[in-house]
Amino acid sequence: MNRITAIALGAIATLALGACELAPKVTSQNGYRGTGGDTVQLKKVAMAKDEVPAPPYDAPSTEGPRAKETYQNVQVLGDESAEQLSYTMAAITQWVSPEQGCNYCHNPANMASDELYTKVVARRMLQMTRNINHNWQSHVAQTGVTCWTCHRGQPVPTNHWTMPTDAPKGIIGNRHGQDNPVAASAYSSLPEASLALYLTGDPKKDQNIRVQSTDMHPSSVNKTSIMSTENSYAVMAHTSQALGVNCTFCHNTQSFQSWSISTPQRAKAWYGIRMVRDTNGQYISSLAGVFPANRKGPLGDPFKVSCATCHQGKNKPMGGYKMAKDYHALWGDPGMAPVPAAMPTAGPAPMPAATTQPVAVAAPAKTAKAG
Amino acid sequence: MATYQNIFTQVQLRGEPEAGIDLPEGSEPRIGAGTFNHWLGLIGHAQIGPVYLGWTGVLSLILGFVAIEIIGLNMLASVNWNPIQFVRLLPWLSLEPPGPEYGFTPFVPLAKGGWWILAGFSLTSSVLLWWVRTYTRARALGMGTHVAWAFLSAIWLFLVLGFIRPFFMGSWAESVPFGIFPHLDWTAAFSIRYGNLFYNPFHCFSIAFLYGSTLLFAMHGATILAVGRYGGEREIEQITDRGTASERAALFWRWTMGFNATMESIHRWAWWFAVLTTLTGGIGILLTGTVVDNWYLWAQQHGYAPSYPSTGVVDPATLGSAGK
Repeated sequence: MNRITAIALGAIATLALGACELAPKVTSQNGYRGTGGDTVQLKKVAMAKDEVPAPPYDAPSTEGPRAKETYQNVQVLGDESAEQLSYTMAAITQWVSPEQGCNYCHNPANMASDELYTKVVARRMLQMTRNINHNWQSHVAQTGVTCWTCHRGQPVPTNHWTMPTDAPKGIIGNRHGQDNPVAASAYSSLPEASLALYLTGDPKKDQNIRVQSTDMHPSSVNKTSIMSTENSYAVMAHTSQALGVNCTFCHNTQSFQSWSISTPQRAKAWYGIRMVRDTNGQYISSLAGVFPANRKGPLGDPFKVSCATCHQGKNKPMGGYKMAKDYHALWGDPGMAPVPAAMPTAGPAPMPAATTQPVAVAAPAKTAKAG
Repeated sequence: MATYQNIFTQVQLRGEPEAGIDLPEGSEPRIGAGTFNHWLGLIGHAQIGPVYLGWTGVLSLILGFVAIEIIGLNMLASVNWNPIQFVRLLPWLSLEPPGPEYGFTPFVPLAKGGWWILAGFSLTSSVLLWWVRTYTRARALGMGTHVAWAFLSAIWLFLVLGFIRPFFMGSWAESVPFGIFPHLDWTAAFSIRYGNLFYNPFHCFSIAFLYGSTLLFAMHGATILAVGRYGGEREIEQITDRGTASERAALFWRWTMGFNATMESIHRWAWWFAVLTTLTGGIGILLTGTVVDNWYLWAQQHGYAPSYPSTGVVDPATLGSAGK
């Protein structure tokens, strides 16, 4: 009897320590056989249906009088039909501020007024959405995005990040920008500043994540240190976690570098990373003077997007549901996108936009690595 | 009367503690007269001590303590001296080597990696002094120095990772941080940076010897336990005066795989496998970044990485502008 109890206790302890996940799984093969190119997901996660709100009403005509002729101060959607504008506004309310309603952005006495900062932000976000749907089909294809893709019924999307603060001088309280289990580094001890390094900055200047040499022998071309490799590793860990997939969803781990043995998803992700960079660098950072302090990080930069903001654990957001097709207004040319003026009431609008540019971005990460 | 101890004959001999042979001239006296512990007797010899520290042992313990203190206090400082956070975050915390901007200079500000150099220096000195101890103590007992040389092989890998390779690369930043997850992240990043360490042939050797070591250890341990009922654990006697335990063990392996190691050679097998694990591992690490920068490309060149059919995916960076 004692022996049976001991065996049972031993088995229970083994199962508990092994963190066995007993729930049923679904597996799919997405790479060449024998390369570990498999995706294993919990059935309940794989089969989970994301909630997608139906259009507020049947999409109206794109003909008829233009919005800019009917309403005042319509800067982005002016070329849409007036009916489309109302339809889009109704949808946006449902997507972003279902509880707060129209007045979250508009002064009900004067809908054209820009006095609420949220309206200035929303306008910029419409330009951003159009930029993504119009210019980044290399990533979003014909599926596109809507406000819902990130917001999911909340004024502030759940998954956002801000620039990390500089490490303190000395060793007290100084974790050198790493060793901190946070979402940005997938709860690893890898550098948490990696998102700042790769996912923002001047979109015209590319910031490659790749670290491996293209020649088998060492040369002066590639002097990447192990420490900076950890940044690359961290942003990949973030991507992997944001999409709910393993490394082998995109890579053949025989060679992370080689494109000819990678899956097509890797190229999609390559464009996606640049899309996020463009989105943060061109659209979100420009709102630093508009957002109030409680919508900004410790360095005074607005909440930024990462892979997780849209994907939320799915390799295709909302399982790839083509939601944006119902909204004509979200596909137009984003235009020149002038930087919005700072709001006079935006509180202590602290920093010049330049602080979030890549040079300044890379610097804290570098000193962070130094210790 | 049972005169030896194994799991079947749980006899713990008690009497005058065994003091050992006389020490050679110039030796410090042993510390303590020896005592007995029932619980340790259940898993090993019940006699504790006497111990011999000598100046190498004392210095080694002090320097080892200094190294652990530097590492631990740096980690504690990094969480603002908060003991709860220290325990909660311990697996994540680290003491990082100096950044690439410092090259390989020994003069680095303490907060920028200087503490890492001091901890590394203390730990290395401690380990080397302990090595001297394993050598001199073996000599004092008139033993061979096999333990010392096996230990030195492990020290070789340790020094390659933390000192010799950083020296050739000209950068402390190449070496390993002190920390539980951080040193594992370093390991993964090392393989990522240098194009998959699995294609490093010395890494292959090291793994083969490591797995071989565990296999040999399991085979040998199992064999001796299996013939324990015939006195098989008295291996040394069995080497010179082969008894039925040795005969049966040998016959078992000849039956099952046609060949058997001898009571003597099995220990040479195990010793060499263990020693070669870290010896080849150190060579593999030392060649990485100094001689070979991308092991996957190297393995392709030498025809030993398997090739998979192309997926037709093209590097988007070669296709011009990122946006549409």
